[in-house]
Amino acid sequence: MAKQSKVLPVTASTNPVAIQVRKVVKDFAVGNEHLRVLHDITADIRMGELTMLVGPSGCGKTTLISILSGILSSSGGEITIFGESLIAMKDSAKVLFRRENIGFIFQQYNLLPALTAAENAAMPLVAAGMTLEAATEKAREVLRRIGMEGQTEKLPRMLSGGQQQRVAIARALVHNPRLIVCDEPTAALDAKTGRQVMEILREIANDTNRCVLVVTHDNRIYSFADRILAMSDGRIVGDHAAEDYVHDHG
Amino acid sequence: MLMGDRAKYFGLIFGVTFATLLMTQQVSIFISLMARTASAIYAVDEADIWVMDPRVRYLEEVEPLRDVELGNVRSVAGVEWAVPFYKGLATIRMPDGVTQQVQLIGVDDVTMVGRCPEMVMGDPMALQRPQQAMMDVNGFLFTWPGEPLQVGKQVELNDNRLTISALCEVMPTFFTFPILYVSYNTAMEVTPPTRNKMSFVLVKAADGVSVAELTERITAQTGLQALSQHDFAWRSINYILERTGIPINFGITIILGVLIGLAITAQTFYIFVVENLKQFAALKAIGVTNLQLLRMVLAQAAIVGLSGYGLGVGLTAVFFTVTADAPALKGFQMYWQVVVGTAGVMTLIVVISILFSLRRVFKLDPAMVFRG
Repeated sequence: MAKQSKVLPVTASTNPVAIQVRKVVKDFAVGNEHLRVLHDITADIRMGELTMLVGPSGCGKTTLISILSGILSSSGGEITIFGESLIAMKDSAKVLFRRENIGFIFQQYNLLPALTAAENAAMPLVAAGMTLEAATEKAREVLRRIGMEGQTEKLPRMLSGGQQQRVAIARALVHNPRLIVCDEPTAALDAKTGRQVMEILREIANDTNRCVLVVTHDNRIYSFADRILAMSDGRIVGDHAAEDYVHDHG
Repeated sequence: MLMGDRAKYFGLIFGVTFATLLMTQQVSIFISLMARTASAIYAVDEADIWVMDPRVRYLEEVEPLRDVELGNVRSVAGVEWAVPFYKGLATIRMPDGVTQQVQLIGVDDVTMVGRCPEMVMGDPMALQRPQQAMMDVNGFLFTWPGEPLQVGKQVELNDNRLTISALCEVMPTFFTFPILYVSYNTAMEVTPPTRNKMSFVLVKAADGVSVAELTERITAQTGLQALSQHDFAWRSINYILERTGIPINFGITIILGVLIGLAITAQTFYIFVVENLKQFAALKAIGVTNLQLLRMVLAQAAIVGLSGYGLGVGLTAVFFTVTADAPALKGFQMYWQVVVGTAGVMTLIVVISILFSLRRVFKLDPAMVFRG
C-alpha cells in the first residue's frame, strides 16, 4: 500500500484543525518540589494527516499524548479537541469522550488473552453498550478489512506480533473514532511487519475525517508521516513536513 | 481475562472448592453430632414431657429419682399417663469373656414407651418376658463385627444372662456405645442395687392440655424439673455446646477453612490483577469505566465461585454418601441450611477478594499503558 496523499508543507496545510494545543505545561510533584516536564507546548494537529511525535526518551512525548488523549490532566494551557475544551471536561466526561472519539494503539498491543481477536477488537463497542454479538460481528468486518480474515476467532497467543498489532488497530477503528493515538506501534515488530502496520495507519490517515497521531522512535517509519513534531526536553523544537525531516535526519 | 491463565483459574477454583468442602463437611458433621446428642430424646416420640431431678443438665447426666415420684407425677392434673424410664451405662460380657460397655435403656414393662421404634428383626414384645433384650443394629455390628444380623445372642450383665431377641434401627446417640433395651423391671434386676434407680418419668399430656402449662404444673406440684421434649433436647445440645471443647475444635477447623479459602482466593485474584494491570489500564484508556470493569471481573468471579462451590458441595455429598453405612457416621448428613449458609460465606469471600484486588485497578492511572 503506497502513500497516496500528497504531503503539504506545514505552513501550506489547509486541513481543518483536530487538536489545538496552546501553551500547555505539565508539572509532576517530586518530593516537595514540582518538576516541569512540558513547557509551553503549542501546536495544531490536523484532520486527514498522520502526525508523528518524535524525540529522545524522556523528552515528554508520552506525557503529551496522554494529555492530548484526555488520560492525563495538564497543569496549565488550553487544549481544544474537535472543538471541545479538554481542560473544561470532568474526568467522567473525558472517559465518555475517549470512548466515542479516540482509538488507541499501544506498543505491547495489550489484548485480553482470554478473548478472541474479534472479541478484543469489539471491546470499545461493548464498553459503549453494544451487545457482544453485534459488536463482535462489526469487529470481524474491520478485521477483514485489514487483512485478518481467517484469524478472527483466534486467541492472541495464537497470533504473530504483527497480527496482534492488527487486532489492536481493529480495536482502535471499530467504533469509528476521529482521532487514532498510536504509541510506538512498530517498536515490537520487525521491519517488514512494521511497514505493513504503518501502511494501514497511513491509509487510515488519508480519511479527511480522521487524524492519526503517532509517537515513535523508529526512524524507519518517518516517511509514512505527513508532519513530524520533534520534541526535546519537554518542548517542541521542530514542526516539519515529513519529507524535510527525513531528508535532514534520515 | 482470568480464564486465559489456566493455572490461576484452576487455583482459584481449588481455593473455593477447598473452603466449601471444609465448611459444608465440618459444619454438617458438627450439626449431626449435636443432633445425636438429642436423638435419644426425639426417639421417644410418644412422650410430651420428660420429668427429672432438678439438678439434671443434660440427657447423659442422670440423677436417680425416688420411685414415689412416679406416683406424684401421675397425680398432677392434665397428665394422661406417666411411665418410668431407666438410662445408664453398663458392661456386658460375651460368652468368650470379652466385655463391652453399652447404654442400657429400661422401658415401661406394659406400654413399652421409650422402646426403639423401628424394628429390623425379632419380636418387639419379647422385652415383656424376663431376661430378654433388644439391641440396635449398629451396636450389634460394633459388638460382633463381621457376623450377620441375628437374634438369640446371649450376653451377661452383672451375672444376669440376657438374650438378644430383637434388633432395631435407631439413630446413634452422642456416645457410640451399643444401645441395649430391656424392660424397666429387667433393668432394675440387672443393675447394681442403689437407693433410687428411676432416671426419668415420661409423661403424656391429656387432650386439650398444653405441654407448656403441664410442665409448669408438674414442676410446681412435685418440685421436679419437667421439660418438653424439645426443651430437653435443646438443653442437652446447649450443654455440649457450652461445657465441652467440641464446638471450639470444629469452629477452629471451619475458621481455618474460611481463612485458607479467603487467602487462596484473595491472593490469586490479586496476582491476576497485578499481572494484568496493563490490560486494565488499556481498557480504562479506551473508555471502560470502573463499574464496567467491576462487572466484568464479577462475572468471571461468579463462574469461578460457582464452579468451586459446586465441586465443594459435590465432594461433601459424595463423602456423606460413601460413609452413609459406616457405623461411626450413621445418620450424619448434609443439611440444606449448611449448603445455603456456605453459599453466602463463599460469596462474601469472593466479593471481598475481588474488591481487595480491584482497589488497585480503580486507582489505576490509565496513562501507565503508555509507559514502557
